Amino acid sequence: MIWQFDLIILTLVVICAIAAICLKDLLSAAVVLGAYSFLMCLLWTEMGAVDVAFTEAAVGAGVSTIFFLSAVFRTTRRTKD
Amino acid sequence: MKFLGIKGFGLIAVCVTGILLVVAVGDFPNWGDPQSPASRHLSPHYITETLEETAVPNIVTSVLADYRGFDTMFETAVIFTAGVAVIFVLRVLRSAKESAVPEEMDPELTHTDVIIRTIVRLLIPFIQLFALYVVMHGHHSPGGGFQGGVMLGASFILLAISYDLKTALRRLSERKVLILGGVGVLIYAGIGTICLLLGGNFLDYSALAKILPATDTVMARSHGMLGIEIGVAIAVMAIMMVIYANLSSRGKYDKGL
Repeated sequence: MIWQFDLIILTLVVICAIAAICLKDLLSAAVVLGAYSFLMCLLWTEMGAVDVAFTEAAVGAGVSTIFFLSAVFRTTRRTKD
Repeated sequence: MKFLGIKGFGLIAVCVTGILLVVAVGDFPNWGDPQSPASRHLSPHYITETLEETAVPNIVTSVLADYRGFDTMFETAVIFTAGVAVIFVLRVLRSAKESAVPEEMDPELTHTDVIIRTIVRLLIPFIQLFALYVVMHGHHSPGGGFQGGVMLGASFILLAISYDLKTALRRLSERKVLILGGVGVLIYAGIGTICLLLGGNFLDYSALAKILPATDTVMARSHGMLGIEIGVAIAVMAIMMVIYANLSSRGKYDKGL
């Protein structure tokens, strides 16, 4: 565990999480959530949980982002609230 | 609650839950504490005995697929249920009149071009090969049925995105996908039942040594794990494709993104 590396990733995770909630454009929010998942994947790898990181990269950053994107494309891009 | 709105209410709920979680974490043993109950008898057993008991070097795979096989079986069932739920909610079987269609995205964002198509056509075989490697090599390296299955499904989704949904459905039709989803879960439960029929417990793969040629009870556990990983991969691949096809075509299976 390199604490500087840890600190950078954790800061970016928090920034991405808040940005994903605050963004009004749902397409951007989905992409930021994908970035969040990828940062979580880096965090798992750094903690030594490689299997979990692999799942996070495949499911969280990959497929669920596609699901969010296709849902946005088929509904509406702007959030109401 | 009028003045708060749904977001204010959500903020309060998140804060309360977060405070409760932080308070509860204080009762946990410290991270990597050698005196915690889990580190005293459970983890040492897995770490020292896994290779002799199951002949699988990757401890995570052996815990997920063998020691906690029952748990993973119902995880697969959860994925399958998710796919079935998506079909129930979204799938439109009778082509009704178009009514109240929400605004479409502008076609500039959804058009495809020849560079993307060519790259994707070159890339997909390698993605699928790597996915098969992840499934088969899950015993020795990180990976396994879930990851490999998701990657297999993603390769078909990539085809559907770069060409259109029809092209992907020609390779893997709706009927085939649904059958594969059921078959995957059935392989998992079936291997467990075969163990039962051979005189072992449910999902006790060492009983498989009686029917597998040239296998002792240790290697039988390794082979049993491989079998259920394949089942998980098939189910996950099919369900990913089902969810994507339904989401991207609003359940009509006519045109995707």
